[in-house]
Amino acid sequence: MKIINFLGLSFLKGALGHWWHQRLTAICIIPLSLWFMASLVGHLRSDHETVVTWISSPFVTMLMVLLICGIFYHAKLGVQVVIEDYIHTRGFKLVLLTALNTGALAGALAGVLSIFSITFGIL
Amino acid sequence: MESKPLSPHLQIYRPQLTSVLSISHRASGIFLGTAGLLALVVWLGSIALGPSQYEMTMSFLRHPLMLPVLLLWTGAFYYHLSNGIRHLFWDMGVGFELSTAYRSGYAVIGSTVALTSATWIYAFFEVIVEVMG
Repeated sequence: MKIINFLGLSFLKGALGHWWHQRLTAICIIPLSLWFMASLVGHLRSDHETVVTWISSPFVTMLMVLLICGIFYHAKLGVQVVIEDYIHTRGFKLVLLTALNTGALAGALAGVLSIFSITFGIL
Repeated sequence: MESKPLSPHLQIYRPQLTSVLSISHRASGIFLGTAGLLALVVWLGSIALGPSQYEMTMSFLRHPLMLPVLLLWTGAFYYHLSNGIRHLFWDMGVGFELSTAYRSGYAVIGSTVALTSATWIYAFFEVIVEVMG
């Protein structure tokens, strides 16, 4: 059958999967966001060049990409629950959920592309 | 007109610590996940675009009118983080007793205030150092 079932990971699918993804992304972004907040405060007085040098180091680039992916996915899952809980008009709910998915994907993509362009000096 | 019983509304309940913390988790999550993430992407994008764009973003963020927004942002961040950890303990089946829920609730408020204050005190001293040269 499907590999996900074979590996015993079927709990990661469906409605229960949503619940698990929310928790797993939460656990991932706890250390990542704390690290980011501390770094941000540490760079309060940094100029553009210093910030670029900081982000460009391979370790920081990697952590930043992980943070962006994890945090946008976590936010998407969270806002989705709120929409499903409070919006009961079928059409409006569909519009909001589409906007949410599009916005989260666009935001994550913009973030990751920005990081890559900083690190690899594309712009 | 015949008086009929109405279904209870949220407003008629006396707000309790637990219910206020619960709705605050959603409110802070929505704030961080919309305005907060938009700011994060704008900040990253402006670094990618170059020094002048970065300076523009930073001078906007440093504007005095942005101070309460940034304060709200850091507060919401530490609150959602602390209360999120409280939620993870509940998910493991720990801390459901009413007295424990109240104590962990106060702990969340304490940690939010402590972490937010620590962050701003540090930021304040960074600015002092800058002004003093």
